Amino acid sequence: MPSPTGWCTYGISSARRRWDGLVKLDSMYQEVILDHYKNPHGRGLREGDAEVHHVNPTCGDEITLRVRYEGGTVADVSYEGQGCSISQASASVLNDLLVGKELADAQQIQETFLELMQSKGQLEPDDAMEDVLEDAVAFAGVSKYPARVKCALLSWMAWKDATAQALGTEPAE
Amino acid sequence: MTQIPGLLDTEAIRKDFPILGRTVHDGDGLVYLDNAATSQKPRQVLDALHEYYERHNANVHRGVHVLAEEATALYEGARDKVAAFVNAPCRDEVVFTKNASESLNLVANMLGWADEPYRVEAGTEIVITEMEHHSNIVPWQLLAQRTGAELKWFGLTDDGRLDLSAVEEVITERTKVVSFTLVSNIMGTFNPIEAIVRRAQEVGALVVVDASQAAPHMPLDVQALQADFVAFTGHKMCGPTGIGVLWGRQELLDDLPPFLGGGEMIETVTMHSSTYAPAPHKFEAGTPPIAEAVGLGAAVDYLSSIGMDRVQEHEHALTEYAVARLKEIPELRIIGPTTAEERGATISFTLGDIHPHDVGQVLDEQGIAVRVGHHCARPVCLRYGIPATTRASFYLYSTPAEVDALADGLVHVRNFFG
Repeated sequence: MPSPTGWCTYGISSARRRWDGLVKLDSMYQEVILDHYKNPHGRGLREGDAEVHHVNPTCGDEITLRVRYEGGTVADVSYEGQGCSISQASASVLNDLLVGKELADAQQIQETFLELMQSKGQLEPDDAMEDVLEDAVAFAGVSKYPARVKCALLSWMAWKDATAQALGTEPAE
Repeated sequence: MTQIPGLLDTEAIRKDFPILGRTVHDGDGLVYLDNAATSQKPRQVLDALHEYYERHNANVHRGVHVLAEEATALYEGARDKVAAFVNAPCRDEVVFTKNASESLNLVANMLGWADEPYRVEAGTEIVITEMEHHSNIVPWQLLAQRTGAELKWFGLTDDGRLDLSAVEEVITERTKVVSFTLVSNIMGTFNPIEAIVRRAQEVGALVVVDASQAAPHMPLDVQALQADFVAFTGHKMCGPTGIGVLWGRQELLDDLPPFLGGGEMIETVTMHSSTYAPAPHKFEAGTPPIAEAVGLGAAVDYLSSIGMDRVQEHEHALTEYAVARLKEIPELRIIGPTTAEERGATISFTLGDIHPHDVGQVLDEQGIAVRVGHHCARPVCLRYGIPATTRASFYLYSTPAEVDALADGLVHVRNFFG
């Protein structure tokens, strides 16, 4: 986990004394999340086997996402979207984690991420979970904020849907 | 403490609202700036609800026992209060619904079922505006889809006002109904309605006014509006949730068919057919929201005791101050009118390219409650090329100190994501 002092690198150390309550926010806006938000990985639409467009109607976050498979391997996940830092960073982390994985491994990562996001802040990621989720464990803090869980899950649900379409199976709704 | 002429004695008013005294998170005072979504409730309204259930609860308009009579008197008394509040010529013109959405859906459905000359059907037109809340868009889309009528609308100018440059082309001889908001729920814009009403009357179209964001904040006079229907909701004007109002001209309420059928709305029923009670009961099928109506009556009393002209004056003064403070913040762009003129105390804005969700989250951590998103007015966001806004909305208990907290909070948001 990034150090709790990581947020000071965002230039608000002087404000910290004044807004003590904000320290808690650090658990949501982890440095690694803000990094992915500012420098998203794999962004842009490239060739794919299936394309989906998902929206979060309560807040207007949107993502268009394409998947490409080679044999049983996730060859590419490309995306364009607009939304909050959480939704955009989550798509970037997804790209990092899933591209190059075997489908079964990718699905396991998706399910583990879903489990973490639905934990309402009650789940402390252990070493095994960190091994599976890598950067995505940084989203653990988001699970404490019910209004933001959908933001974090937007791209992951889109990926699941696109994968079902690309592989010719029904979306698992 | 900032001294601004025109403000109400908020120190006294805030004592009436218990929730404003609570803290959030780790002891931050609550700065509640989400009044366009729902207002807080004064002690007087909470007491009225409590008193109703503790002492008078019964079903209305049936039964001859004491409680039934008291409950009926309270429910109908609330109708009298609301009628006076909006200067209705007749108390029977006030129909209780569950919210403004239901009021607007009720009108749309009545017009779909109506006989000539009101009937909306293929070959006729419905006119709305691009500034509407979804509740004044979707019912009309549904009506258009079901009947084959054409849905048209007034667009917006770059500064957040209705584009009325082509009134005569938008409202035509084929137009059956024109429905629009008096005050924008996302930009706060006051709409000049005279030109629309005049043109609608010229072509014989009915005029429906969504006053959801007006009734809580300014004197509302349905006769002066010259509208045919006016819809608003109780919970944005210090009342409880679950109670809305549809005011309609008596002649129309008499002529138009009921929408929901059931108890209370009938005169006689046989297995073959029924005749209907006169308005407003014709439109209030089933057990109504009795306690909620009583609560709304108490809210109307509360607002009237302060004076709606004073509420409007307070909010105008606060809006002037808020607009000035917000303009000091780099990269803040107000969506809608950028001065306090002809606008209410609801201000939407963007802050650089920081997503409103992130703005709202960091404000919340400082105890400041705002709304983020498209505010059920997504076409407005599309019109201005933005996915969402942050919206701060003030009310009679809002203070300059809360404006300052917002401005300071936004500076902090910029630093956080800077």
